[in-house]
Amino acid sequence: MAKHKTPMLDQLETGPWPSFVSDIKQEADARAKNEKGLDYQIPVDCPEDLLGVLEMSYEDGETHWKHGGIVGVFGYGGGVIGRYCDQPEKFPGVAHFHTVRVAQPNGKWYNTELLRNLIKIWELRGSGLTNMHGATGDIVFLGTTTPQLEEIFWELTHDLEIDLGGSGSNLRTPATCLGMSRCEYACYDTQELCYNLTQEYQDELHRPAFPYKFKFKFDGCPNGCVAAIARSDLSFIGTWKDQIKVDQEAVAAYVGGEIAPNAGAHAGRDWGAFDIQKEVVDLCPSKCITYADGKLTIDDKECVRCMHCINTMPRALKVGDERGCSVLCGAKAPILDGPQMGSLLVPFMEVNKEDDYQSIKDLIENIWDWWMEEGKNRERIGETMKRLGMSALIDAAGVPVDPRQVQEPRHNPYIFWKAEDVEGGWDRDINDFRKRHQR
Amino acid sequence: MAFISSGYNPAKPMEGRISDIGPRHFGEYLPPVIKENFGKWDYHEIIEPGILLHVAQSGDKTYTVRAGTARLMSVTHIGEICDIADKFSGGYVRFTTRNNLEFQVETEEAAKELKSFLNDQKFPGGAHKFPVGGTGAGVTNIVHTQGWVHCHTPATDASGTVKATMDVVFDDFQSMKLPAPVRISMACCLNMCGAVHCSDIAILGIHRKPPLLDHKYLDNLCEIPLAVAACPTGAVRPSKIEIDGETYKTVAVKQERCMFCGNCYTMCPSMPLADKDGDGIALMVGGKISNRITKPAFSKVVVPFIPNEPPRWPTMTKVIKKILDTYAADANKYERLGDWANRIGWERFFEKCELPFSEHLIDDFRDPAYYTWRQTTQFKW
Repeated sequence: MAKHKTPMLDQLETGPWPSFVSDIKQEADARAKNEKGLDYQIPVDCPEDLLGVLEMSYEDGETHWKHGGIVGVFGYGGGVIGRYCDQPEKFPGVAHFHTVRVAQPNGKWYNTELLRNLIKIWELRGSGLTNMHGATGDIVFLGTTTPQLEEIFWELTHDLEIDLGGSGSNLRTPATCLGMSRCEYACYDTQELCYNLTQEYQDELHRPAFPYKFKFKFDGCPNGCVAAIARSDLSFIGTWKDQIKVDQEAVAAYVGGEIAPNAGAHAGRDWGAFDIQKEVVDLCPSKCITYADGKLTIDDKECVRCMHCINTMPRALKVGDERGCSVLCGAKAPILDGPQMGSLLVPFMEVNKEDDYQSIKDLIENIWDWWMEEGKNRERIGETMKRLGMSALIDAAGVPVDPRQVQEPRHNPYIFWKAEDVEGGWDRDINDFRKRHQR
Repeated sequence: MAFISSGYNPAKPMEGRISDIGPRHFGEYLPPVIKENFGKWDYHEIIEPGILLHVAQSGDKTYTVRAGTARLMSVTHIGEICDIADKFSGGYVRFTTRNNLEFQVETEEAAKELKSFLNDQKFPGGAHKFPVGGTGAGVTNIVHTQGWVHCHTPATDASGTVKATMDVVFDDFQSMKLPAPVRISMACCLNMCGAVHCSDIAILGIHRKPPLLDHKYLDNLCEIPLAVAACPTGAVRPSKIEIDGETYKTVAVKQERCMFCGNCYTMCPSMPLADKDGDGIALMVGGKISNRITKPAFSKVVVPFIPNEPPRWPTMTKVIKKILDTYAADANKYERLGDWANRIGWERFFEKCELPFSEHLIDDFRDPAYYTWRQTTQFKW
């Protein structure tokens, strides 16, 4: 017998898509039965009270979670989000309901041993509810009480050798696509770079010292499966410098209809026979492909590496061998100054594990030093660079200026020349001027 | 309940403490075929909706079965996922960026068997537990935020709007008949923890009433200078107010300058702005992340406001379905939703999708607004 009536939420149990309501009810039942005989460390009925408070929000059209609450583990400024219900008498099971962010393995690969160990902690010490995963990429444990926080942290670090993720004005848990683990397009080892930088910057991840949040994301190629260009302050997107490798026999197989284009992604509809001219050559954004006499030719110097031809004929075309990444800076969602896409800061960077990615770390630290000096409270770096100018960022980052950093040159001639840019500097003598010009 | 200690001693918090160790190395969790062919993959194919084949340079093959989830999941549910992984995929499972599950198996037969098994798993209410799909030119899982389930600033629910939407577009999750992939994303307030601003279709919770002021408590709960500085339009200023003969330090809000971002509330809990009538949903379309053919693009607001209609948000899902179906019928192969709208022209987009155009859709927020106005006589009647 359910603790609260939830007529509105119950309607979300029907329909084909997985129902979070059914799942929460399933967890409520499991906790009520307690077949394992656990001594639950937070109220047994918290899933039911969560449904109760959510039903109340469905009736009221307003949230019932309070703002803020500073909780955390000793020595960290991030990783735990305090959360309290604003109707604690009605829903005591979720009166205190803090979130714990847990650092996920890069690429989100798991074995069941790890998953079972994680849920064992959360079954005993938390609500039994999670997000797999939060939007930034962490494993999110949803709902526990303050006395459990150090205990959870202790078990995570001692028993599972896993740390908390980031929250607050610090480096957020870096996230990556699955990269080389299962993708032929990956231009560098996104997972290893993500892991290395995550380890290198643990202090920045756990102790807020920045003006606002800072995110790294790693995409192995311009297809952008983790959306680095849209939502990370610093995006590392795989690219290459040399030629796309063409297998003419495989091209013929696509043309001949032996291999489905786009890896079969359009199989649900009859789009007609594959037309290489229409579907590849004509759609090339830089018009650098020709197909004549059964041969595909790419003028690689004019290629902008959009991936369309490669995505369309993955068995015939492969990314080049001289691989690295482009680094873009300043992406963010609208708050405060409107949405921003990452702007290209470094067109090509080697991703070199041999020197422990030193050139990438130098770049990151230059940028952080500048932002920590110049950034205002709650100002993302994208806003700082908008306020102070791309040139200021380029200068601070210590990278060369390059036409690739702009879409087109400036529209106005209001150039902030410096004295040293001008012959003779800015110091002039008015008396000398008057020798040539009467008052 | 008796308190169970993990070994942590609050009297000596630093004793035996381990910190700053980061995540476990991903290499520990790669299935053998993935580990052996790391960085040596040759090509991939989508065998059928929800089943991928990856072929390595060595000739090794691995089949991936992809299934959607609600993202919010219980430990019991994760236990079920583990049982499936133990039974079918050697004890390994992966989560995608868009909250799908992926299981690696060795043969096409095993993949089809697993697909059928996953599609058979249902909750008592009838919903799928692990519906297979989300590949190729279709709709994949919706990334979303916390909403009324757990967040203090939402203007709508996240899990509920996502469930309602995915139920309506479920056919496009399990098939691949769209012109290109369609990425739907959901964020329950403008803070956009889910960064929906570059999605083909974005569901966005918005507020429409200026903050309430809890004058008697404000100065105790908030740093007034921070609340003032937090406002991007300068609508908040320090103020004093007299209530029942007592003077309180507080803030005043120039309401006509408020654009309902909620940033003041984030800095100051005494300035809540959520409201049953004020809050609801804006729909944005035409964004993308990928560099494929066209550049990454922001989503554009095409419906400024739809009221919250829990539990199933029927007006919202009807509009989403109409946009999706119109796009599916009209766009060219490989053409993303925003590229289709750009090609036919946005005036035509509103006409074809039967959406009214209102003054709320003309940008008036700072410089970026200018770049969205039309500076040409090239337009369509």
